[in-house]
Amino acid sequence: MNFDFSEEMLQLRDQARRFLADRCPGAVPRRILDGPDAYAADLWREIAEMGWLGAAIPEEYGGVGLGRLAVCVLAEELGRAVAPVPFSSSVYLATEALMLFGSEDQKQDWLPRLAAGEVIGTFAIAEKPGATVPERLAASVNGGRLTGRKLAVSDGDIADFVIVAAPGDSGVWLHLVDLSAPGVTREIVSTIDPTRSHARLAFSGAAAEPLPGSTTPAAIRTLLDHAAVPMAFEQVGCAQAAMDMANAYAKERFAFGRPIGSFQAIKHRIADMYIQVELARSNAYYGAWAVHTGAAELPIAAAVARIAASEAGWFTTKENIQVHGGMGFTWQMDCQLYYRRAKLLALTLGGAREWKHRLIGELRTRNTTETAAA
Amino acid sequence: MDFDDTPEEAAFRIEARRFLDANATRRKPGQVEAYRRGIDATKVLAGAKDFQRRKCEAGFVGLHWPVDWGGRGGSPIQTIIYNQEESKYDVLSALFNIGVNMSVPTICTWGTPAQKERYVRPCMRGDEIWCQLFSEPGGGSDLAALRTRAEQRGDEWIVNGQKIWNSGAHYADFGILVARSNPDVPKHQGLTYFLLDMKTPGVEVRPIKQISGTSHFNEVFFTDVRIPDSCRLGPVGGGWKVALTTLMNERHGVRDSTGPDADELLRLAQEVDTENGPAIDDPAVQEKIADIYVRSQGLKFTKFRGITALSRGQNPGPESSIIKFVAANKLQEVLSFGLDLIGMAGPEMMPDSPLAGAFEEALLYAPSLRIAGGTDEIMKNIIAERVLGLPQDPRVDKNVPFRDIPGGGRS
Repeated sequence: MNFDFSEEMLQLRDQARRFLADRCPGAVPRRILDGPDAYAADLWREIAEMGWLGAAIPEEYGGVGLGRLAVCVLAEELGRAVAPVPFSSSVYLATEALMLFGSEDQKQDWLPRLAAGEVIGTFAIAEKPGATVPERLAASVNGGRLTGRKLAVSDGDIADFVIVAAPGDSGVWLHLVDLSAPGVTREIVSTIDPTRSHARLAFSGAAAEPLPGSTTPAAIRTLLDHAAVPMAFEQVGCAQAAMDMANAYAKERFAFGRPIGSFQAIKHRIADMYIQVELARSNAYYGAWAVHTGAAELPIAAAVARIAASEAGWFTTKENIQVHGGMGFTWQMDCQLYYRRAKLLALTLGGAREWKHRLIGELRTRNTTETAAA
Repeated sequence: MDFDDTPEEAAFRIEARRFLDANATRRKPGQVEAYRRGIDATKVLAGAKDFQRRKCEAGFVGLHWPVDWGGRGGSPIQTIIYNQEESKYDVLSALFNIGVNMSVPTICTWGTPAQKERYVRPCMRGDEIWCQLFSEPGGGSDLAALRTRAEQRGDEWIVNGQKIWNSGAHYADFGILVARSNPDVPKHQGLTYFLLDMKTPGVEVRPIKQISGTSHFNEVFFTDVRIPDSCRLGPVGGGWKVALTTLMNERHGVRDSTGPDADELLRLAQEVDTENGPAIDDPAVQEKIADIYVRSQGLKFTKFRGITALSRGQNPGPESSIIKFVAANKLQEVLSFGLDLIGMAGPEMMPDSPLAGAFEEALLYAPSLRIAGGTDEIMKNIIAERVLGLPQDPRVDKNVPFRDIPGGGRS
């Protein structure tokens, strides 16, 4: 049994934690929250210089070749720091889509620039409120031209290109669109978490290049599965930070002549946070194992990791506010950063409800297969 | 990252399986373990003891105790591997858990050479069964509030009082007993620890009938019970420290809550209908099973993280403290939801009931798992105080002589 990260990965994690504690304290997301910038461009540059953006990209495409486990490790630290950078869009989604389904030319063209931070990529799928089902998307590509509209695209205002989920007449389900090309309009939207900018994208005959490997709607789900794992680590990092904040406050805040953390109503609540964070972390490890080994059970592992992390994020960040009382609800306290971010991350790849149905569907398929085999 | 045994672990697992195949019967999938099936332990003692003796002779008892404790000197990971394998078989090792996992380490830590010589080997071989005489009507979660009196007279101690929740006391040969030897000092300082022969005159065992209708545990009454001073374990007044050795080992020995889980719910949902057709196609059913599946997987992988730490020669991390709490609460949720799916037929416990009545049967023992080995509330205190460093509740009985504590000195 070796169900933990290697020494090398743990060192990378410690290094990332120290770096972000220094370069991304609470003042950094707060600067984006309060100011006009879409993201922390200076932090993004430093992250690129350290090779994080190419952590999973093989060396022949200009990456560091550390594999997907490294992305998981970094994601947890970025979540803990509530980092206001387009890491998830560019790394878990755009880079991953190209690695999974891109042509050799596309990989050689885009991956080195993604690794260097010269371009930012993102992913667009949602079209309307409600569940997003790949088979029922309205956007489509005909003759290499994309028509349609996408909502709540993370970093859609700052990205250079977008991978769009839309069926094409060439039989492909994912397309790459240059966001500076004619036929693309972007509208910045206000969201629950202004520390990560979002846009609506409208395409009217924009040039769209197929990712040739994405020949079925299942390709979209495979991409979401791959993204859900590092996203779960980012969610766990955020949940852990909220729990740490509540724990520290419960020790220093006095009421009725005692630290409030000595009341069982508070300490048991924080114990509940710990339980949720640890269960979510263990499930995220399962996801990491599955993406790392290319296991057939990735859809199950990704769903399990995603659901547990979304619930841990919600519980810890809302209860962190509760432990802080009225102060927790003020603009001045950092509780809001975690609360906003946790819910944003829980929605970005689809909510827990959608993933639960996905999970049961996968389990039924697996059980049927096992019964048939036996 | 992998789930594989090391070559040494794999070899050991094969050795364990070989022993079990030769000496025990595999349990049917989903079947409740024998210890929980409401068996009358007194009627199956001979078979259980026979298996324990063979297990001991094959070197699978006290796997990771040091050799000079009579153990195998193996690693904690070997204990885990053996238990993983044994849990697939229909055996009654649970009857020996208190002796092997609690009495032996405590005796080996605190005992005289004569005590070790007398008690350890017969316990590990299953010749003698032990029970734990700690909890009292007035001292459960607050164990150090116990009142059973032990008064020294010459070479003997005279014990009067009552214990409760004593699993297996009705068939145990010996008990580990903590009693109050001095009520004039603060509560933790006035305790002394004894090894009690259960056949001593004045010891009366009364089984407690549980919700499940069976009697795993008992009340034990002491009337002028005479214990020789040679059966005192550790110093006079040092009983709390000795008891902590026992309790630390109790926590290590806490087993998984067995019983129906997410997989059984999935099977059930494929067998029964809701008003809208097969239950498994009902979105509300799917979401609920998904929630439970996610928690089961979280537990499984939390255990794997703990095993990994052991496998790397480290101590298991604090995450292991959450396992009992989560497992016991999940079980009740599984059972309640499963029975709800069975609907009006849910009360029946018949061989042809869904999953042979496993949900109904487990319903009746499930509450105990949230209490035994530390209640939910105590487990959360442990997580909050020892893992997260939160302050203790103020204790009004600290530094107060035991007899002056409200409700403490007088019964």
